[in-house]
Amino acid sequence: MTKKSHTVNVPDLVSGIHSVFCPFSADIISTVEFNYSGDLLATGDKGGRVVIFQHEQESKNRPQLRGEYNVYSTFQSHEPEFDYLKSLEIEEKINKIRWLPQQNAAHFLLSTNDKTIKLWKISERDKRAEGYNLKDEDGRLRDPFRITSLRVPVLMPMDLMVEASPRRIFANAHTYHINSISVNSDHETYLSADDLRINLWHLEITDRSFNIVDIKPANMEELTEVITAAECHPLQCNVFVYSSSKGTIRLCDMRAAALCDRHSKFFEEPEDPSSRSFFSEIISSISDVKFSHSGRYMMTRDYLSVKVWDLNMENRPVETYQVHEYLRSKLCSLYENDCIFDKFECCWNGSDSAIMTGSYNNFFRMFDRNTRRDITLEASRESSKPRATLKPRKVSTGGKRKKDEISVDSLDFNKKILHTAWHPKDNVIAVAATNNLYIFQDKIN
Amino acid sequence: MISSEPDLRFPCRRSYDRDGNKITQTRGVLLQTGLKWAETVLNKSCLSLIQKYLKLCSRDRLHCYCLCLSTGKRDNMFPKGTKRKFSDSGEEPAVSGDEPAPAAAPSAAVRALTSAYSLQRQSLLDMSLIKLQLCHMLVEPNLCRSVLIANTVRQIQEEMTQDGTWQIMTQALAAAQCPTDRLVATEVLCRQTDAAAQAGQSPKPFSVVGLEEGYHAEEVVMEGDVETEVTMSTLSPVSPQLSSASYLAGTFGMGPCWEEDEDDDGECEEDEEEDSEECVSEGEEGDRDHLSADSRTGEQVFGTFEIKHPAPPPDPALEELFSDVDPSYYDLDTVLTGMQSAPKMGPYDLLESLSSHGPTALSSSSSCRSDLNELDHIMEIIVGS
Repeated sequence: MTKKSHTVNVPDLVSGIHSVFCPFSADIISTVEFNYSGDLLATGDKGGRVVIFQHEQESKNRPQLRGEYNVYSTFQSHEPEFDYLKSLEIEEKINKIRWLPQQNAAHFLLSTNDKTIKLWKISERDKRAEGYNLKDEDGRLRDPFRITSLRVPVLMPMDLMVEASPRRIFANAHTYHINSISVNSDHETYLSADDLRINLWHLEITDRSFNIVDIKPANMEELTEVITAAECHPLQCNVFVYSSSKGTIRLCDMRAAALCDRHSKFFEEPEDPSSRSFFSEIISSISDVKFSHSGRYMMTRDYLSVKVWDLNMENRPVETYQVHEYLRSKLCSLYENDCIFDKFECCWNGSDSAIMTGSYNNFFRMFDRNTRRDITLEASRESSKPRATLKPRKVSTGGKRKKDEISVDSLDFNKKILHTAWHPKDNVIAVAATNNLYIFQDKIN
Repeated sequence: MISSEPDLRFPCRRSYDRDGNKITQTRGVLLQTGLKWAETVLNKSCLSLIQKYLKLCSRDRLHCYCLCLSTGKRDNMFPKGTKRKFSDSGEEPAVSGDEPAPAAAPSAAVRALTSAYSLQRQSLLDMSLIKLQLCHMLVEPNLCRSVLIANTVRQIQEEMTQDGTWQIMTQALAAAQCPTDRLVATEVLCRQTDAAAQAGQSPKPFSVVGLEEGYHAEEVVMEGDVETEVTMSTLSPVSPQLSSASYLAGTFGMGPCWEEDEDDDGECEEDEEEDSEECVSEGEEGDRDHLSADSRTGEQVFGTFEIKHPAPPPDPALEELFSDVDPSYYDLDTVLTGMQSAPKMGPYDLLESLSSHGPTALSSSSSCRSDLNELDHIMEIIVGS
């Protein structure tokens, strides 16, 4: 297999041009999300900050390149808090960001930490009124008795200023840590999920929410399963799914009952008895669930694999992709150093023909669903210079390590790619590697 | 090499001796030598000093007891080489074919227990219990992680029940008639002295009794009504008992020696003196561990990690020791979700950074700190470091 075949076919794209490299020196990126048009890319970090990148227009000089993403706005979304009742610190780390569909000139996004969800409005200001009657240009008030004539203020252009203001704060609805938020297709409601409950909110109403799923047992001693992710269906506003730590996914229909404890569909793949170990349950825990854009499929990520499910078939996934099967023999060590609890995310491309997810050693993997080809790429400064084509990587599992291959034992488990995002229309991907953000796009020939 | 094997050793405490020289002995080592010393000298006042030391250590958020004892023991916890096979291959235990029915003679179960698989399983159990404990110390109690670890522990325990090892152990414990309301740490300390008194000399490794009579695996996990006298870690009601005893068991892959009489027919894998401190025998003074007199079934056993009710400590010294324990911690919700504030870090980061980070606001007051420093100093003098 030559390198050439990789760069041409797989998955329709990323032989990538490394276009943006943003060192967040302070903080680890905790979420990455493109907006609906792909024009804006939002990232949240452990320090509670949100940084939004905007796609610059293609330059006329170099039409073969897509425009770059540059910082558009930065704001502090969440601050650290202290829960006095429980003597707990509430981390300001942004767990998820979800954009709202754009309805006017301003952009809206939801960002959440462990306990509180906030709706932010990001708006531009590029004009300023000048020529006030009662104020000087400096802003000082003029003595009204000195005014002899009136004038109409005129709007003058100014440097673009991007402002972010919190419009709604949805607080005090979650006892446990929020792990997911998802905007509904009706664009009026959204759901938020913590370890044991899922709440449905209306975007306009902050003082109450509906609890639609509650899996908290009466006796906490009996707790054996938690909710790990939830998402609204992209087209049907009454349908949502949530995944559990036992590797199951439940699809619920909000029309059926107010409390959706009883699922409409239950997705679980029967366990392979031959590969059972003490770690079987842990590695089956689903860390992310994402509907396809078409709404017909959903994808789940567990520790070692990505599975694509057809919503019409509950007993097994239609496709399974192994992300890093070579780790199966290392599960004990990974349990010891807690890596086995890492929550990887996954994402679809715009046409649902490819999926992407992260791994260790700053590797990320992409799978083409049609050709069944896959590729492993690395997001690191050393291995990719700007504008260079990414080189496929390979992890050697056997005894013989070929040149350019990396052995399993030399993987760096501190460098993990948990968060990735794919542009909704183009072949542009954003990969968060600890505190650095990489944006790759394919060459246009 | 799989990176970041967590270093469970104690962070080095940089304290200074009278001459202003840096002393870099770890607190763990101090504790070990202190314990050894106390046991040899049988000095009750020193014993109480050590107890106080431990108490302050816990307040200082050093999850010390089980971990300090683990200094140097890590190799045993995760044996490499052939023993890895069990978890690496994910296969069913190799011994399953050899095991007779669980109701069979204890010797068969014991044989199973001494196999590589059971050692692995034991170490996994210990690791899980320590993780559960550590996770209670964090700012962010990750409920998902806790639940997954707890499920793993349950799974191991169920398997041990089927093996018959659980049954044997609980029977033996029932026979030992231990009261349930004891603190492991204090108990260990007491046992040290008593054992030494018995032995009359330097501590001898206690045998894993009951290879003949029954395998005393660690029963810590089991007790549904683990008492609330939190030993070392006031932060985690569940745990110190669990982890310390469990750790004790796990270190050698064998159960702790609960029997008073040491028929040294049993295998004893301890090869170091330090082990003897950890291999505690059932209380001579009647200080028993949190084992209930009535034997428990496997299902009951894993009473999750909840301490149900604070029981009044019978020993006034103990009461004084733990007078500041807040019973509200024993609500499971709190346990699972409630944390004291701490620097935000992962479980092992916590240990690593302890030397560099100061105590968190919540956990230590300045007086505690100075007490601790003072005690550290005294400890060092005592142990002649």
